[in-house]
Amino acid sequence: MARLNINGEIRDIDVDPETPLLWVLREQAGLTGTKFGCGIAQCGACTVHLDGVATRSCALPISAVGPTQQIVTIEGLSEDGSHPVQQAWLELDVPQCGYCQAGMIMAAASLLSTTPKPTDEDINAEITNICRCGTYNRVRAAIKLAAENVSEAQKG
Amino acid sequence: MTVATLSRRNFLIGTAAAGGLSLGFYVPFPVEAQEKPTVLPEVNAWVVIHPDDTVVIRIARSEMGQGTLTGLSQLVAEELECDWLKVTTEYPTPGESLRRNRVWGSFSTGGSRGIRESHEYVRQGGAAARQMLVAAAATFWKVPAAECSTANGIITHNPSGRTVTYGAVASLAAQMPVPTQLTLKDPKDWKIAGKPLPRLDTRDKLTGKQVYGVDLSLPGMLNASIKACPVFGGKIRSFDAAAISTMPGVRKVVQVDQTSVAVVADTWWQAHSALSALPIVWDEGPNTGVNSDSIAAMLEEGLDAEEAVLGTSIGDAGSVLSGNAKIVSATYSFPYQAHATMEPMNATALYTPDKCEVWVPTQNGEASLAAAAQAAGLPIEDCEVHKLHLGGGFGRRGNYQEYVRQAVRLAKEFPGLPVKLIWSREEDMLHGAYHPVTQCRLKAALDSTGNVTALHMRISGQSILWPLRAEVRETGRDPAVFQGLNDGGAEGAFGYTIPNLLIDHAMRNPPVPPGFWRGVNLNQNALYLECFIDELAHEARIDPLDFRRKLLVNHPKHLAVLEAVAERVGWERPADTGIHRGLAQIMGFGSYVAAAAEVSVTDSQVKIHRIVAATNPGHVVNPAQAERQVEGSFVYGLSACLFGECTITGGRVEQENFDTYEVMRMDQMPAVETILMPSGDFWGGVGEPTIAVAGPAVLNAVFAATGKRIRKLPLKNNSLGA
Repeated sequence: MARLNINGEIRDIDVDPETPLLWVLREQAGLTGTKFGCGIAQCGACTVHLDGVATRSCALPISAVGPTQQIVTIEGLSEDGSHPVQQAWLELDVPQCGYCQAGMIMAAASLLSTTPKPTDEDINAEITNICRCGTYNRVRAAIKLAAENVSEAQKG
Repeated sequence: MTVATLSRRNFLIGTAAAGGLSLGFYVPFPVEAQEKPTVLPEVNAWVVIHPDDTVVIRIARSEMGQGTLTGLSQLVAEELECDWLKVTTEYPTPGESLRRNRVWGSFSTGGSRGIRESHEYVRQGGAAARQMLVAAAATFWKVPAAECSTANGIITHNPSGRTVTYGAVASLAAQMPVPTQLTLKDPKDWKIAGKPLPRLDTRDKLTGKQVYGVDLSLPGMLNASIKACPVFGGKIRSFDAAAISTMPGVRKVVQVDQTSVAVVADTWWQAHSALSALPIVWDEGPNTGVNSDSIAAMLEEGLDAEEAVLGTSIGDAGSVLSGNAKIVSATYSFPYQAHATMEPMNATALYTPDKCEVWVPTQNGEASLAAAAQAAGLPIEDCEVHKLHLGGGFGRRGNYQEYVRQAVRLAKEFPGLPVKLIWSREEDMLHGAYHPVTQCRLKAALDSTGNVTALHMRISGQSILWPLRAEVRETGRDPAVFQGLNDGGAEGAFGYTIPNLLIDHAMRNPPVPPGFWRGVNLNQNALYLECFIDELAHEARIDPLDFRRKLLVNHPKHLAVLEAVAERVGWERPADTGIHRGLAQIMGFGSYVAAAAEVSVTDSQVKIHRIVAATNPGHVVNPAQAERQVEGSFVYGLSACLFGECTITGGRVEQENFDTYEVMRMDQMPAVETILMPSGDFWGGVGEPTIAVAGPAVLNAVFAATGKRIRKLPLKNNSLGA
């Protein structure tokens, strides 16, 4: 039995401790917004926040996740899609097929939490998720827009 | 202005399902509107309008990111004159379509055909619904329909000023006579179509709510992972099911067919873990000696073969090329590519002895249905397919429905329980329907003033249609091989006027399954042609733009897109220090495209700074989505140009995942400037054509930077050092 804190909710989950966090989220917790893309932490579709840091969940066994560590998935990023990154994504209509976008959004939110004004180099270094539809330029623009909107709001 | 004659039968079938109400059956609509509808308020097959004025537009083509749900809905809504803010969409099922005499037309979503091949009948669907709504209001008001006008989902009786909403008259409208003559709007008058509207399907993709095939959950559902013999043509000799049968959650180990075995378990992770532990002995079959070198040798032989199938032939290229003219020759090659959709292949099936249902992200719902019926061994009427959004398609999810057959086969082991099959990424990469391999030898004659007097393009390599069509196997002729190189036609008209032109194909089919890969054969054909034209310009010491201008003199649409990118990129002005430029143009998927690339090469490393791309697709239904398609096409095309290759060793693909199958990421993405220049006189596609100019524009710029011709793709295998 593993105890996990997922989106602020404590859950006791009866599963093989070697099961990757991704599959616990998808199959035991029923949170399918986090996607399976490669299984080897290469593509980033499975990105969630672990204590606020973007983490690829497909190759992380839950035995390595402590009961007090806060796991946040796309479903828990905001209640209603109101996170500044989600709002910027909406404003620029970023997704195409959308499959990689939850991972992109989680990676972007994590980047902005540590780097409120990311440069192109910051974005290149931190957003290494794969998108096969080709949304990269709009992802970049949306990250910058989210940064601006947050900064404007703080000036408020 | 288009006046269309409708198939009355189609629309009658459409309206008949609105509850079996006979035409002329009269219900005063204000009363009707207050009642909870007992039947779906379907005006016709395309349009359902609820009493709250919500408009549901039915779209048969699949949404895989390309925006077709939004674009086709714009076309329906334009003619319907409804309130765009109240529009939602739904997929009709393939089974429902068959029951209604295929009222929604083709479900096939590929070849950039979504808009260009269905624009007319979806607009007719919207226009017919609008006329029926007007007829309903006019009937109720007892006024001539001609005195009524529509806007934004409201019908107005102009003389009296009375108004009524679509939702209030929808049920009555369904009973109105089906119009047989429709006048479609002139695109000049479009208010919804042609506008850069946001997509209809964005919100759920930002919150994790969008359900893809892999996300489906059904009561009692089991999960499966599958493994096929990694060597093409290999089979299963044996496996030891007992070794894993006690692993957690395992329900059954199933040999799916001669080549593959699956584990069905409570969860996918359990199924996959058990499958990974399953001892399997393969009979690797006859292809273990096949590798990339042997395939290359097979194709090289075809370059010189006596026998070849004629594509385009004008004049007598052979004799000019064997004469005294200056001859330039080069050989290019293009490797296997995997689609690598972000969502791996999957399907969910529910089987009982008298019914089979499948839920699947598919580019062709009808092909999925046929596969389901075949695998279930049931009549097609007893099967149904529910389409789900695709996490990428790119051609992989159209013709090849093996995941559907596999899921049904597994579901037959558990009658009454749904089984969801998800391929691992490794399975996806090892068992693709790969972009085929070809090589091309180009040979041209140049006269003393730099005119191309003859050109021979010999393509040697694989046919996508060979496994699919008997006539291709019988004749050895695959017309798709010549995409972009045809003497006219929507699938790629050759733009250059060369007095002696010979384009032929020596079919060589290695034992690696080929498939339609976004852009298909236009990709490498454009690369061969446009890189070689650049070589000829260089040999003739003529600027590559001027060289093409002269050759394109008889094809103004080809030339216009090229001129547009040249002007935008500033071709006539020097580039910034260290920046070098390349150009390419082609016509395919019904559209004319060109690209200009700006690159720099430092320490043998290519950096692509900027792409300017122009497209003339005839009409643009949503410029914002067309722009996204063009941007995306460069990610797909440049991934292939820079890194993409599936190499073969021992009869199997070497790359199993994204660690070895490299694709473009954020840091490699250039700025893309999109020019849309619809000429208004035809309908072309936008999802694919610009992929084809991505590679050659960049490679021509790399030549400008380094003096090195990259003829063997991908670029990463070439040294750019001194």
